[in-house]
Amino acid sequence: MTERETMEYDVIVVGAGPSGLSFAIRLKQLKPELTVCVIEKASTIGAQILSGAVIEPQPLDALLPGWRENPPPICVPATEDEFWLLNKTGGRKLPVPPGMNNHGNLIVSLGALCAWLAPQAEALGVDVFPGFAAADTIFNDDGSVAGVRIGDMGVAKDGAHKPGYTQGIDIKAKVTVLAEGARGSLTKQLIKRFALDATSDPQAYSIGIKELWQVPAGRVTPGKIVHSFGWPADNHTYAGSFLYHLDKDRIALGYVSGLDYSDPNYQPWEAFQQWKNHPMIKSLLEGGTIVSAGARAIVTGGYQSLPKVEMPGALLIGDTAGLLNVPKIKGTHQAIKSGMLAAEHLAANELNPAGFDSKLRGSEVMAELKQVRNIKPAFKKGLWFGLLNAAWETLTKGKSPWTLKNKADWSSLHKLGQQEEPKRDYVQRELPPRDRLAGVYFAATEHDEDQPIHLHVADTSVCVTKCAQEYGNPCTRFCPASVYEIVNDEAGKRLQINAANCVHCKTCDIKDPYQIINWVTPEGGSGPNYQNL
Amino acid sequence: MKILVGYKRVVDYNVRIQVKPDGTGVVTDGVKLSANPFDDIALEEALRLREKGIAEEVVVVGIGPADLTAHLRNGLAMGANRAIHVVSGDAVQPLTAARILLKLIEKEQPGLVILGKQAIDDDANQTGQMLAALWDRPQATFASKVEIANDKVTVTREVDAGLEVIEADLPAVITTDLRLNEPRFIKLPDIMKAKSKPIDTIELAALGVDSGDHLKTSHYAAPAKRSKGVMVKDAAELVAALKQKGLL
Repeated sequence: MTERETMEYDVIVVGAGPSGLSFAIRLKQLKPELTVCVIEKASTIGAQILSGAVIEPQPLDALLPGWRENPPPICVPATEDEFWLLNKTGGRKLPVPPGMNNHGNLIVSLGALCAWLAPQAEALGVDVFPGFAAADTIFNDDGSVAGVRIGDMGVAKDGAHKPGYTQGIDIKAKVTVLAEGARGSLTKQLIKRFALDATSDPQAYSIGIKELWQVPAGRVTPGKIVHSFGWPADNHTYAGSFLYHLDKDRIALGYVSGLDYSDPNYQPWEAFQQWKNHPMIKSLLEGGTIVSAGARAIVTGGYQSLPKVEMPGALLIGDTAGLLNVPKIKGTHQAIKSGMLAAEHLAANELNPAGFDSKLRGSEVMAELKQVRNIKPAFKKGLWFGLLNAAWETLTKGKSPWTLKNKADWSSLHKLGQQEEPKRDYVQRELPPRDRLAGVYFAATEHDEDQPIHLHVADTSVCVTKCAQEYGNPCTRFCPASVYEIVNDEAGKRLQINAANCVHCKTCDIKDPYQIINWVTPEGGSGPNYQNL
Repeated sequence: MKILVGYKRVVDYNVRIQVKPDGTGVVTDGVKLSANPFDDIALEEALRLREKGIAEEVVVVGIGPADLTAHLRNGLAMGANRAIHVVSGDAVQPLTAARILLKLIEKEQPGLVILGKQAIDDDANQTGQMLAALWDRPQATFASKVEIANDKVTVTREVDAGLEVIEADLPAVITTDLRLNEPRFIKLPDIMKAKSKPIDTIELAALGVDSGDHLKTSHYAAPAKRSKGVMVKDAAELVAALKQKGLL
């Protein structure tokens, strides 16, 4: 066995999203002499970034003054906001909640924005490495985080080494910055190891499913932002849609479902497709084509679920920490700000993470989360209570003396027959894609089939026995890419994992009611290849 | 021996190609670009010949705009010794590419030129053949096995009827087929090493090459969509439906 190769940096960043890249840029601005690298599992920067996205531009102004002269490729100023309560055939336009007023904001593709940020980081001397997945964390003798281990390439499904086998290297750094996005796979391990969530509520998530459409000329009003709630969701499922008019006859649209839903038969992907077939939406899309599509978990736990964001040798920023503002439905500004804050902290403290947690908690990033902390949890009591509570919390700017609790999303699933499930008033769908497999095609997801399955199910014996009985195998429904399938062949009924379809959304890791699914990184460069999502 | 390898950048094979709404080309903005897979195979073969001690130097050549440098760095990270970047704002057609390569051959005097059999964007499959003719040297296309001994190369070619083995004198042009080899993975330390490897930049205009771009593209279009199918209950209904369409 040959010695594993090692590279050393002052700082390693895991994940080339908005927080990781902003962190790297800011740190090099402050301390050009430091060596910084960013590793990214996607084959190219931005290919596995998925967001709405309407962003607040102020943090970009602070990070890159003058960026407006060289804007990212998709950047459409918001012109008007609409907020709708839908029913099956129509809807009612409501006043736009204050948090959702987007005057001065920009509609972007977050994927394209990251692809635009990366060269600016490189120009400052940051080494950006797409196509390399951080498979594991490595530790120093004193227990502190020492860096990451890159996954091996060329391993067969059965673990044997294929002819091109290349051992992953270790990257050691004085500090490791986790910027993996919602439910990061290394972050998950580190939260457990360092008990970072000992005093916080469990983290909460939603799943967002998105498509980018090219529609016939003349239908798009560039800059128009439309959000809706109501149909096709029932009153007990926290769900809503976004629809953003871009330029060049393009529309970005998607549907977000709270993963705290209780009905084991609920299918987030189907809800999205149903919503698309609402007459208001369908008339915009008919005759158009899908450019790209995908799905991603969104972190929604906010203030009360924020784990400790520092540990010896490492810290958490952006969505992997959990900084998204739910009522605003925005996290990018928080991601950029937290990245900058982390860079400023490390630059001022000789790369020592200690003290970053209190710095973040004392910042405007946390103040923003505190103000809205009670809005999302109240929707557990139903839509109308949630809306009234949201109005109260908005009016009082979050000054209520109480803080509502978050529960783990997997624990909210009811067993089959335990409650009366909502009757879903669905329509006959006409717009593509026909089913989830047809949808995965637009994610252009690619995994070498001959590699170990990157979805570890600790105990598959429960699948056809206990889980089938208790929940009816919800993995076959919550996965937006049909990764999980119960097949019946000579060997009898069993779980089949179609890992090559995976779009890296992490929903299974979050929602599986027995918490036995563990999402790990596949071979570097595998996964979806989104275009402008 | 020195080996010259053509290293073209194309839209990645995983990308779903989209035709621009006005039909003037395919969308390349915000789209992942990577090495033509056949060119990766060409480079891999050259590197293996160097590792066997048959070649001393492997040079990758790219023709394209200023930002092609990042692509050439990938070739260097894979293992090429150096790169030549012929700067051209517009994509060139096979005949121009062959004339450019010939100019570089005159300068570099390689013992072997390995190219991909075709690029997956235009699927032309012409550059290697044209280059061999202009250079007046042997060509061995669609190679699935390459062996070099005593200034001769023995190439197994993938042809319609099966495999054909030919022998040619060096220098020669070889174009690669899919089964020749499986390109290696790039390692992180090699990406760092590649940063200090030389890239020679030459303006296309400075090469003194007559353009061979004589083909005009009238328009691009996506293949016609398949019309919606119908479900039939049984064989009888199927037969009836086929008869009705006049297919039986």
